[in-house]
This record gives sequence, structure tokens and C-alpha cells, in this order.
Amino acid sequence: MLEIKNLHAKIADTETEIIRGLNLTVKAGEVAAIMGPNGSGKSTLSYILSGREDYEVTDGDILYNGESILELDPAERAAKGIFLAFQYPVEIPGVATMQFLKVAMNEQRKARGEDELTTPDFMRRVKDAAGKLQIDPAMLKRPLNVGFSGGEKKRAEILQMALLEPKLCVLDETDSGLDIDALKIVADGVNALRSPDRATIVITHYQRLLDYIVPDTVHVLYKGQVIKSGDKTLAHELEANGYADVIGAAA
Amino acid sequence: MNVHAPITLTVAEQALLNAFDAAAGELPGDAAVISARDRLLHAVRVEGLPTRRVEAWHYTDLRALLRSVPAADPAASAKVVAPLVEGAHVLSILDGKASTKGAPKGVSVASYGAALTAGTSAADLAERGADDAIGRLNGAFVKDGLAITVGSDADLSSPIEIQVAQSRGQSHVRLPVTVEEGVTATLIERHISTDDAPSLVTAVTDLTVGKGADVTYVIVQQQGETDSHLGQIRFTIGQEAKLTLFVINAGGKLVRQEIHGVVTGEGSNLTLRAVNLMGGETHTDVTFTMGHDVPNTTSTEIIRNVLFDRARGVFQGQIRVAPDAQKTDAKMACNTLLLSDDADLSAKPELEIFADDVQCGHGATVADIDPTQFYYLQARGIPAPKARALLIKAFVAEIVEELDDEPLVEALESVIEAWLDKHSI
Repeated sequence: MLEIKNLHAKIADTETEIIRGLNLTVKAGEVAAIMGPNGSGKSTLSYILSGREDYEVTDGDILYNGESILELDPAERAAKGIFLAFQYPVEIPGVATMQFLKVAMNEQRKARGEDELTTPDFMRRVKDAAGKLQIDPAMLKRPLNVGFSGGEKKRAEILQMALLEPKLCVLDETDSGLDIDALKIVADGVNALRSPDRATIVITHYQRLLDYIVPDTVHVLYKGQVIKSGDKTLAHELEANGYADVIGAAA
Repeated sequence: MNVHAPITLTVAEQALLNAFDAAAGELPGDAAVISARDRLLHAVRVEGLPTRRVEAWHYTDLRALLRSVPAADPAASAKVVAPLVEGAHVLSILDGKASTKGAPKGVSVASYGAALTAGTSAADLAERGADDAIGRLNGAFVKDGLAITVGSDADLSSPIEIQVAQSRGQSHVRLPVTVEEGVTATLIERHISTDDAPSLVTAVTDLTVGKGADVTYVIVQQQGETDSHLGQIRFTIGQEAKLTLFVINAGGKLVRQEIHGVVTGEGSNLTLRAVNLMGGETHTDVTFTMGHDVPNTTSTEIIRNVLFDRARGVFQGQIRVAPDAQKTDAKMACNTLLLSDDADLSAKPELEIFADDVQCGHGATVADIDPTQFYYLQARGIPAPKARALLIKAFVAEIVEELDDEPLVEALESVIEAWLDKHSI
């Protein structure tokens, strides 16, 4: 589903290269965990996948279902099914969460040539999905992410993911700032979306989240490259021994 | 002796003097009113309209900006339109002529033209000061208006909309509005244009908020692209009373809305919110002065400006705290979304504080759309133009939604949406 080939990327208005020859393949149905120390390029990779303008790809390619997405803007990528759950969801005063959900769902549908949702259909979908994530309906009337607690913001991200039904989900540090109960709710939400035609990339510092979202593959990112790949046991090794051994072995 | 050389009148100034001569016979008033009018117009004849050398008009050089003044037009044909809020009680002033019909129970409405004729209103015509060009022009020319008193037995389940509709030509109206002790009321003063011909409207509102009253007063200015609008509201807020004043400017070629308030009763509160939507080659000025004259009063002011194209915007805000007005709490903010390199906004906040135990602050920001918010919306599949439109609307909707009145919020949002739809980028 996703094939990243020899990717090099830098911050657009500087010369600082952050991704330096990254290779990664994620198949449909797979949950891939990307781990790595601070500053290894994990969040940058998530932004580049979503098409954020602040980053510039200088070499290599990203193929999604066999086609390069480098020329697509973020909205086009989203409509094709790429979803990024943000590490720091953005507060948007003046836009009610419900209104935002409706616009996002309908714009994606329009882009795919589908009919817009009727209001009752939309309401039903939101109510179902919010219930599963234990989201208080009152929260959805508030401006998007404004005044939400850390846990509410992360749940709101997973709610958007559930409603938008993406094909490639990228979760950037979704566990940060969550207590154990909230973590379980979020993980359940993610697991509910696991399916043979959907791939998930879980970016995390810690092994903890991977106890709840069990990955098929684990990749260690360091200095903008994948330096080691393995199965879920690799995450346990990292937890026990830290990154030093893996980094040392790769050097 | 100080002799001024006579000024050379501009086209607009000459047109004003001509209009006065043409209308002199039909302007209502007793001897006191007539002499007040003559005095006000004389000042225009001698000094001309204010220029940037007059401090209060420094950013709005009225003499240069008011290029022409349309003469009164007998073909004027404004008609009442549907109110902004469904079910509102509509009081109308069509092409300057007021109707006293339509008042709900408990609200008394009288013709201001009749008050002028009866000679009971000469004192109202006095200008606020030498720089009060709006008061001056309005006082010289005012022909009609509505004197509204909202009494304690008023049935105000729906708001009152004072609809000032102008088709063409010029009108000068007065609105003395009194809300009596303890009354909760919502009034909407709405200025609309009903055809494309140029017009000049001046409107002066005198609002008195009685002790313990809770008033929401909304000024919605939706004049046409060739219209000049000079508005002024003067208000006093009594003891333990609350005024929410909401101003939306969504039209006009040359607009100045002045807001001059005094809190006269302890424990009173002013909430001022203004949304100024500006596009094309227009000039929109909101000038605000506020006097906290007694102790223990609060005010917050939030001004949100959106500018497209080559629009010019001005906000002047002055808060004065009198020496014995201790415990005053006043906060003023002017936030601007500048969406064009050719647009321009001047903000001049001023605090004059003579008491020592007060909390006063002001802030001004000017920004483009927040790139992180813009990216976030796009990352959810919302295309760039739509994401931009959502964020622009959100920037102003944030303060509209503070109004705790759902039909009113929806009505004001629809005014904003209609304007933004015509000015998308």
C-alpha cells in the first residue's frame, strides 16, 4: 500500500536535511510501528506523508497504491485515504467540531465523486462513533479542540479517523499525554479500524502503546533512516535495552 | 484678531451647502432648532469637513474621502425588507421618512420629525465638540427619526429591528432610544441599501440604558458599494445595568461608525464587539471613546477586522478612567486578518487613566491566516479555498457566538456569510 523509496527531505526554508534516504514498505492490513529517539525524524515523516508545505522532498519517492503522491496537496491526499492523527491537534476557535466534521466528510466525498451525507445520516454516524470512544456529545458542540483536555484532543483525532474511514492511518505519538484509561479507549478505537484493506503506521517513543495496538512490524528510525526492522519483539528489546545497542550496531 | 481665510469648498462640501439651501424650507423645527441648524452648517461652511489635521479624523480624511454627495432624489423608493431575525418587530425609516407603526406592546415610538417641529429637541442637536463632523452634519440636516422608549411592561420575546433603508440620495436620521429600569431588550439598528445608486446616510443614535437594564444593541451596516455611511451612537449605562453593543460593518464605500459611551452608574458593564468586513476600494472607520466616570464598572471591547483587496480600515479606541473611578476593569483588543498586501489597517488604542486602582489593558494584532490551522483543515480533506473561507469566518464568528441568542447569532452569521461569499479569494 505504501512504499517509501530512498526519501530525502528538508525543512523548506532551510538546508537542514531531516530525512536522509529512508526506505519503508507497509502492506495493506499491516500495522507498522515506527520507533526512535527524539529528533530522529518521526514527526517529520508523518508531516511529509500528509503533504505539509513546510517540508520539501529533495530526492526519492512516496508511492501510495503504486502512485507517487508527492505532487498532491494535503486535501487531495486526505481524499485518497491518507489520515494523520496529530501529535498536537490544532485548536480552531470559531469552528464548531460538528461543523468541521461535516465539512471534512462531505469535502472528501465530493472529491471522490460521492454524494454528500444527509444530515440524519451524518448525525447517526457521529453519534455511533462518538459513543464508542466515550466522547460526550456536548464536546462536539464546542469549537474544534478548543479547551479540550489532552485526552479529549486525542480521542477527537481518533473520532475523525473513524468517521473519515481512511485507508492509510498515521498516528503520530498518539499516546503522549494520555493516562492509562484514555490510552485504552484510544487503542480500542484504533484496533476497531484494523482491517485487511487498511494500513496503520504507529509512531511512538515508548513500547507502552504497542501493548494495546500490537504491531506486525517494528522499524527503528535514526537520523532520518530506518536502521533496523523486525517484528513486535524488537519493541520489547528496545524497551529493555534502549536505543543505544541498535544505533551502535548500525553505525 | 484671528481672521481665517475662507476655504475653497470641495465638490462634496458645496453639494452639502446646496442641499441645505434646497431643503431649508422643509426641514422641520422651531426657531431654536433652526438657529441650531444654521450654526452647525455655518461651521461646515467656514471650516469645511475635517481633514487629517484634525486628530479625531487623522486616519479618515473626510474632506478628501467624501468625493461627492448625492442630492435628495425624488425617485427614492426604498421599501421594507424582511427582518434579520424572523419574527422581529420592524420599525422602518425609508429614505429618511420614519413610520411609527409596528411597535410591540409596551414600546412607545414617536416621530422625531414631530419632536423637531414641536421644538422639544433643539438641545439634542448640539455637537459633541469641534471635531464632531457627524453630529454637525446630522444636526444640520436631520428631518426625521424615531424616538423609542422601551417600558417595563414591554413584550420583547422578539427583538425590535429599526430598519433604515435608503435607495438613493441622502438621509439624516436620529434615534433617541431609552430602555427603562430593569428591562431586558434586544434592538437591531440595520442600515441597508435598496438600489445601486449612490447615497449618503448619517445616523445619530442616543441610547440610554436605565438602571438594572440588560440591553443588546446591534448595529448592522449593509450599505451598497457606492454609499457613504456616517453613523454615531452615544450611550449612557445606568447603575448595575448591562449593555452589549455589537457592530457589524458589511458594506459601504466610505464608512465611519463612531461609538461614544459613558458609564454613569456603579456596577455597570459594557461589552462591545465589532466585526468589520472590508473589501474592494473602501474605507471603514470605527472610532470608539469610553468614559468610566464612576467606580466599579467593567468594559471589554473586541474588534475583529477582515480586509481584502485594497480596503483601508481604521480602529481608534479610547478608554478614559476618571480620577474617582476606582476598580474599573477595562480590556480592549483589536485583531485584524489582513488578506491582501494592498489592504491597510490603522489601529490606535489609547488609555487615559486618572485613577490608581484599576485594571486596564489593550492589545492589537495583525495577521494572515494561521498556517498551522490552514494545514490541519487541509489534512482532513478540506480543499484550500474552502479551508481559508472557514478560517476567515471562524475568526469573526468567534465573537458573534458569544451572543447568547441563537436566532440572533444565526442572523448575524448569515450577514457575514453573504458578505464573504462575494469576497472569496
